[in-house]
Amino acid sequence: MLLRHTLKEEVKREALTINPAKTCQPVGAMYAALGIHSCLPHSHGSQGCCAYHRSALTRHYKEPVMAATSSFTEGSSVFGGQSNLIQAINNIFTVYEPEVIAVHTTCLSETIGDDVDQIVAKAKDDGKIPEGKFVIHASTPSYQGSHVTGYANMLKGIVKGFAQPSDVPRDQLNVITGWVEPSDMREIKRLCHMMGVKFVMFPDTSDVLDAPQTGKHQMYPDGGTTIPELQSTGASSHSLALGEWSSLEAAKELDRKCKVAYDVLEIPIGIKATDRFVSSLSKHGNVDVPKMITTERGRVVDIITDMQQYLWGKKVALWGDPDILVPLVEFLVDLEMKPTYIVSGTPGKKFKQKMEAILKDAVPDAKVANGPQADMYLMHQWIKNEPVDLLIGNTYGKYIARDEDIPFMRLGFPILDRIGHSYFPTVGYSGAMRLLEKMLGLFMDRQDRDAPEESFELVM
Amino acid sequence: MTDKKTLPNPEEFKKEILEKYPTKVARKRSKAMVTVGSEGDAPVIQANVRTVPGIITQRGCSYAGCKGVVLGPTRDIINITHGPIGCGFYSWLTRRNQTKPETEEAENFMAYCFSTDMQEENIVFGGEKKLRQAIQEAYDMFHPKAISVFATCPVGLIGDDIHAISREMKEKFGDCNVFAFSCEGYKGVSQSAGHHIANNQIFKHVVGNDDTSLEGEFKINMLGEYNIGGDAFEIERILDKCGITLVSTFSGNSSIDHFARSHTADLNLVMCHRSINYMADMMETKFGIPWLKVNFIGAEATAKSLRKIGDYFEDKKLSKKIEEVIAEEMPEVEKEISAIRPNTEGKLAMLFVGGSRAHHYQELFSELGMETVSAGYEFGHRDDYEGREVLPSIKLDADTRNIEELKVEKDPERYNPRKTEKQLAKLEKEKGLEFSTYHGMSQEMKKNAMVIDDITQWETEKWIEYYKPDVFCAGIKEKYAVQKMGVPLKQLHSYDYGGPYAGFKGAINFYKDIERITNTKVWSLITPPWDYTNGLTADLVSNG
Repeated sequence: MLLRHTLKEEVKREALTINPAKTCQPVGAMYAALGIHSCLPHSHGSQGCCAYHRSALTRHYKEPVMAATSSFTEGSSVFGGQSNLIQAINNIFTVYEPEVIAVHTTCLSETIGDDVDQIVAKAKDDGKIPEGKFVIHASTPSYQGSHVTGYANMLKGIVKGFAQPSDVPRDQLNVITGWVEPSDMREIKRLCHMMGVKFVMFPDTSDVLDAPQTGKHQMYPDGGTTIPELQSTGASSHSLALGEWSSLEAAKELDRKCKVAYDVLEIPIGIKATDRFVSSLSKHGNVDVPKMITTERGRVVDIITDMQQYLWGKKVALWGDPDILVPLVEFLVDLEMKPTYIVSGTPGKKFKQKMEAILKDAVPDAKVANGPQADMYLMHQWIKNEPVDLLIGNTYGKYIARDEDIPFMRLGFPILDRIGHSYFPTVGYSGAMRLLEKMLGLFMDRQDRDAPEESFELVM
Repeated sequence: MTDKKTLPNPEEFKKEILEKYPTKVARKRSKAMVTVGSEGDAPVIQANVRTVPGIITQRGCSYAGCKGVVLGPTRDIINITHGPIGCGFYSWLTRRNQTKPETEEAENFMAYCFSTDMQEENIVFGGEKKLRQAIQEAYDMFHPKAISVFATCPVGLIGDDIHAISREMKEKFGDCNVFAFSCEGYKGVSQSAGHHIANNQIFKHVVGNDDTSLEGEFKINMLGEYNIGGDAFEIERILDKCGITLVSTFSGNSSIDHFARSHTADLNLVMCHRSINYMADMMETKFGIPWLKVNFIGAEATAKSLRKIGDYFEDKKLSKKIEEVIAEEMPEVEKEISAIRPNTEGKLAMLFVGGSRAHHYQELFSELGMETVSAGYEFGHRDDYEGREVLPSIKLDADTRNIEELKVEKDPERYNPRKTEKQLAKLEKEKGLEFSTYHGMSQEMKKNAMVIDDITQWETEKWIEYYKPDVFCAGIKEKYAVQKMGVPLKQLHSYDYGGPYAGFKGAINFYKDIERITNTKVWSLITPPWDYTNGLTADLVSNG
């Protein structure tokens, strides 16, 4: 047993987190910044933060993840990181020539109280920021929230840095994507195009973190939301923020700064959340839903009605980010499955409220935990007491899956040991189809594996 | 690029690379990129100095070196990261240190990540209370024999006294060794500082705690072998076959119990000089155990290292056994190499990794008939490039002086020189053994080879353009950028999830992997048939 020390008996913990279901803010900020075209993320802290975040993202995407660091030493920790950051800005623009540097802080630079706003202003005064180039920034202290908070803070930083108020409204919507994969961002764009709405989507990591093999390394791949697009978000008619935890702050900032009203929606995972997204596009874009979208939806529902017997009553344990878990759990309930254990390291009171609303009739005895000590160790303890039929979460679940012999569907961050997440979407109707294919495959493989010879089925 | 006998002088191209940098940066980077003048004569290199901010470095931090590298592979310690969640999360299982507990029930916490997950109020009001509580909870739940605490950046800044708390908890428990590491990420200039901090604390708190001596005539420790991909398992297999008793490995496939008794060994073998030489020195001073630099990467190097052990113990039976084992293992290696070498001969390698691997793996490439045209370390010091003889001439800067240097003295009872000065001198003279020393990487590279410390992303891409290597060795952060350039990258931190590469069997694994990646045709798929700008396709079209 790899997790041989996990105790069945649940003991209340107040200080020790074991096998976390979250990580820290800066990695989210780095990921969000990669969704700006020609942007180099910059980590204002010790070298290790940047190395760790780049490694985590690289292992997850199998793609180059370029980012720089202020390389704090003991001296800079005492005297402040101003000179390191100004040097870094100068070196980055000279050597790596991005259009944008997106600076995020770390627990180190936050604890010593570096004022990045002031440092960037000084860099500008000193002539270290070439004409027409940008340095944006976000405060991302690792001791608050989680990686999702860091993503949200960088999106807010993008709005602060680029969105320009305008008296001449544009006939376009802002689509602010929560933390999803490049494949999902590509799928959200496809849905918007099919709907025939004009839109600016940010961030957009498609064609950045799923770049083609061409024999050349492009320091800044073709993808990412461009600066003119980001600047125009202030003139859009409305914002759709997908995922409250990861995109609300940016939508609020756009409203505050540029008076662009917003709706907060779930990330469109599953039938109903996608329905809401499509309806919202229809409403705010003043367009009808085209037949091909209705047909796509119908195909998903057809799979569900055909395969209902394999899904009914299946118990699921899930861990990950609130913005993914909320619509996903709703989808599982629509499939008449039983999301039984749900854990997220990301704090926020609303999580439990939302889960309760979805689960109160369908799975009244579901266990839900988020915030401090809501970790994978706790989830494993629950499973030890009462097992489930399926695990859904990031790669770290493979240890529980192996020890407890439970089918496991990888979803979330990070996925270190499989490919697919960056190429095939989870969002939209096609994403729902992929989720169904994967879950059904797991249940049927398990049935095939465990069936006695006399009842081994050819047709299922 | 060139025939394999002579390498081109890269100095001109170096100038071109430096031109891109701001003047001050160019001046600094110039000293970190040096050309080997004549073989055996290492050029002076700038190493173990601060990385230029913004330059895109391979380097990580002190915490990574301490927790991730040295302590991470030890299975029966509960390692608690004291800090916000990230540091613990990223160092959770990501380094492939394999471990094999003695039994199904034996303690193994490797698959767990323990953290105090510090929140804002802990930063503002201090994290000591939470740390104390976390240690208590870990003890109550798991009753481990040891708990260690690792400081992350904010801990040092807010002044949590992790050492005092550890002492207090150790006293309170009575049956659990609790100790801490002040390995805040900003200490030093790279992972290297963390290695030193880890060595110090393990030496202070663990080594010598158990005087039980293992049975066996020839007792050794392996230092600086971390069992990536099962390397230590292969080395253990070979040592076992030779009748050599392995008392402890620092720290692949290790147990804290092994560390505790490591002072009972009679010889220390140093693999990764950079990360563990401090331990070797301290054990020599305190307990009288001599150390030899060895290398189990490469079949010939493995044989040579085994013979050194035989010579050291001056035992005919042992030397005979070692020769038997080498004779038994080598035919398989030779069979493979003769089949593979025609496919690798003359190909070019570049290695930018670690503090020893960029050196060790040149052995394997040379067994494959491949040429190392350029190499460097991520966190090496000058002695790793130029040999330990330069140690007295290295000026300590502020970043290094901040890392504690332990004052070690002879243990009043247990100091026992395994060999007298005279015996050591005799072995050096007659057997060619070299004690307490290390020949640096640059000393063993060819004329005109380019040696680069702490290579940047810019330099990486430019030197690849220049050398057009057949394989580039580095880590995960570099892998896909290099491969996007059409050059295969072999990860020498994680071995690309393969291995082992150590010892005889490991060498064969490496030969096969390198043959595969330098001969695969998958790269030929890159150019679509309709891309007429590509020379090759254009040729095919014009030919017919």
